[in-house]
Amino acid sequence: MTKSVYSICGMCTVRCPIRVETENNKVTWIEGNQHLLGGALCAKGSAGPAMIADKERPQQPLIRDGARGSGRWKPVSWPTAYDYIADKLKKIKSEYGPESVVLSSRGGPWQGMYKSFIHAFGSPNYTNHDSTCGRNTHHSSLSLNGVGRKGFVYDIKNANHLVLFGRNMFSSLRIAENLQTLDMLDNGGKLTYVDVRQTITGLKSTRFFQVRPGTDYALALGMIHEIIRREAYDSDFIDRYVTGFDELCYFVEQYTPAWAAKECGVREKAIKNFIDEVQKDMPKVIFHPGWNLSRYKDSFYAARALHILNILMGNIEQKGGLIIPKGPGDCGKKGIRAIDVPKPDIKRGDGVGWKYKHFDKGPGLGHLFFPTMESEDPYPIKAWISMRNDPFSCMPDPKRQEQYFDKLDLLVSIDVHYSEFGWFSDVILPECTYLERDNGICVQKGPKPRFGRRQKALEPENDSKPSWEIFKNLADRLDMEDYFPFNSIEEYWKWQLEPTDYSVKDFEEKGFISLSDEVVMYDPEKLDGQFKTPSGKIEIISQKLDKAGLPSLKEYVSPIRPPKGMFRLVYGRSAVHTHGHTVNNPLLNELMPKNSLWINVKAANKLGIAHGDLVDVTSEDESYTGTVEANVVDYIHSEAVYMVHGFGREISRQTRCLHAGISDQKLMVNKLDDWDPAGGAINLCEAFVIVRRSVRNPKRRVEL
Amino acid sequence: MNKYMIYLNGKRCIGCHGCEVHCKANKNLPVGPQLCEIDHSVMVKIKSVPKTEFTFRSCYHCEEPFCAPICPTNAMIKREDGIVYIDQEKCIGCMACAGACPWTIPQLNPETGKAVKCDYCMDRVDAGLRPACVTKCTTHALKFVIMQEVV
Repeated sequence: MTKSVYSICGMCTVRCPIRVETENNKVTWIEGNQHLLGGALCAKGSAGPAMIADKERPQQPLIRDGARGSGRWKPVSWPTAYDYIADKLKKIKSEYGPESVVLSSRGGPWQGMYKSFIHAFGSPNYTNHDSTCGRNTHHSSLSLNGVGRKGFVYDIKNANHLVLFGRNMFSSLRIAENLQTLDMLDNGGKLTYVDVRQTITGLKSTRFFQVRPGTDYALALGMIHEIIRREAYDSDFIDRYVTGFDELCYFVEQYTPAWAAKECGVREKAIKNFIDEVQKDMPKVIFHPGWNLSRYKDSFYAARALHILNILMGNIEQKGGLIIPKGPGDCGKKGIRAIDVPKPDIKRGDGVGWKYKHFDKGPGLGHLFFPTMESEDPYPIKAWISMRNDPFSCMPDPKRQEQYFDKLDLLVSIDVHYSEFGWFSDVILPECTYLERDNGICVQKGPKPRFGRRQKALEPENDSKPSWEIFKNLADRLDMEDYFPFNSIEEYWKWQLEPTDYSVKDFEEKGFISLSDEVVMYDPEKLDGQFKTPSGKIEIISQKLDKAGLPSLKEYVSPIRPPKGMFRLVYGRSAVHTHGHTVNNPLLNELMPKNSLWINVKAANKLGIAHGDLVDVTSEDESYTGTVEANVVDYIHSEAVYMVHGFGREISRQTRCLHAGISDQKLMVNKLDDWDPAGGAINLCEAFVIVRRSVRNPKRRVEL
Repeated sequence: MNKYMIYLNGKRCIGCHGCEVHCKANKNLPVGPQLCEIDHSVMVKIKSVPKTEFTFRSCYHCEEPFCAPICPTNAMIKREDGIVYIDQEKCIGCMACAGACPWTIPQLNPETGKAVKCDYCMDRVDAGLRPACVTKCTTHALKFVIMQEVV
């Protein structure tokens, strides 16, 4: 019998709305939700069912049966695995206190449950991957606007001009956002793209700035200078909502377009022509403040400059600008209930909130637990539970991380796949795939807010469990059952919806509950109270940064050039993979089984490297080398080499991707401590690599 | 005359290769055969922006297909509406069709040992739907065109 189920995709963390048809517990059709995406889905979305069939995933709980990382596992039952973890956690709690346990997750709308679990256990130490992703953008928005990076959504469809600094959106694939951008372009809108190389996104641009790696901040400063010089900003908006504008004017005086052009390696005239366009297009101009800006030493300030450019446009709460996301309350509706156990009043182990007061306390900063593991100050860290988060894949230098993690008494990985961290851990709990599990109801804020729900389309094939059941069962064994007041997902959904006027039946028609048929907008003249800074204004000079002894407007420092024979390592994404999560998926592996090294044609010529040659890429200290094919291209800056992140995996049960391609994070040796004290994120593009033509390029055939 | 064709709006195509997987997922194909493909030309600068052209190719559903008459079991059939498809019951996997096709479009499905090729998802088309690649195209760049004779 054919069954049709609306759900939410889980192939990447965009979580697009989907509809799935099944027959006899097999997927027969999967598509983007017609009501929201007109059926659109990406390659990863269609490869979801192939993941279920893939037996190179953990199929039942596993407990380590050899040294950490040896790849020796003993299959056990769920009760055995739960008991094993619970016993260890109890022992750690009694010896070192509950705060010695850290739980990291991959964030998202269901993280409340994971966060509540660790809080209920008594530890404040909930964290996520974001110090290698959006933290700089988030903290820059907080320092200026008083709201985080999710404090705005971008009304791209109605914009006249979208400006992207390295935001390769057509490879990251937020489908709804991509459709908006293409619609904007179809309607005659403009797209300006800034990057060290040409990308799929740059191909669609109407203006392209190929900049020297690490000079985004300079280009943004040059733009600010020119907009202010021409008085091409929204002075009413600035008078009403912004403080520190005079300081900004004074600060940017030195950063002329001529200076920026020279620093970035672009043409001055192009910057000026760009400002001509912006002048005509404002306020419907969106400077995307970046996503994964955990890149250069000044990425936090680059993100601040991009936010400042939006402020100059006066585009907040304007059609075609930055819209403040609306929730149920804005539509006169009641919100859902969610598990939310408050954080215990104990100092965080990563120092966020007491040692580093200017950072968002929510998930803290994951990489700052490593120094605490070493120093045991303010207390020892003894266990790490990783919920779909793979520290070894997202943070630099996994070999160094292994040394830290090896000091811990318990490492748990809850994941659909083997992660590199999971492979090193003590226990792997297999979560069932997104097509086989239900998740809680979530609020999707925006101009037209809605409630969303992931609903299972299939019964699990392996002996795997949904995350709610895993946490519920662990909670029961740790005397925390009161915090998880449900025994089934149906009970949980009912409990969540109880304060609202809706029931789960209301999801059936479209897969979501729309809270407003119309776009909900605030009066742009009455935005007081929306900016949650200490002064209630948009603070170009941030009181929080002042208190932390950090400048709000930082002098530009030119990035160092790579030493001779070396290149700056730049990483990014492909449209067919979600980092390391999908490289072993049979259908996606078929499309892209390995990555390559992008290198500028002139730089390659100097090294005698031809397109398609094998090259050895070596870390600065020469402790890690990988060999891949060279992709010799015109449109990448000669100081940089580029690779797609997620490859070079070393998990022997993932045979398709084993040792395929090369890992950027393994090349970032000794870069775990290279992080930004102002923005909090790790500087992932501050590593240099040595590139040589490989001796493995065969000259002639010797074997029979 | 052929009734259908698939058109790619190159302005909207982002080369994400979604169509290739949508096709394989719908036809339940294993690793190996690939019934449609996105390709792109070498980048060249146009008004100082490096650009490329994306192209989409599946089967041309020829007016007079070479693959049909060469099939020893008459498994390769051209329908009234122009769709050229393989009757999986009759196919013996000899791959003569692939040899006859100037573009080697029919491919072997290693799981069934039979030939497979694009048939515009004719079961979907007959049910009033569009081919999988078009229905799920990430950016709505692919269109299923029903051709009409203009008098």
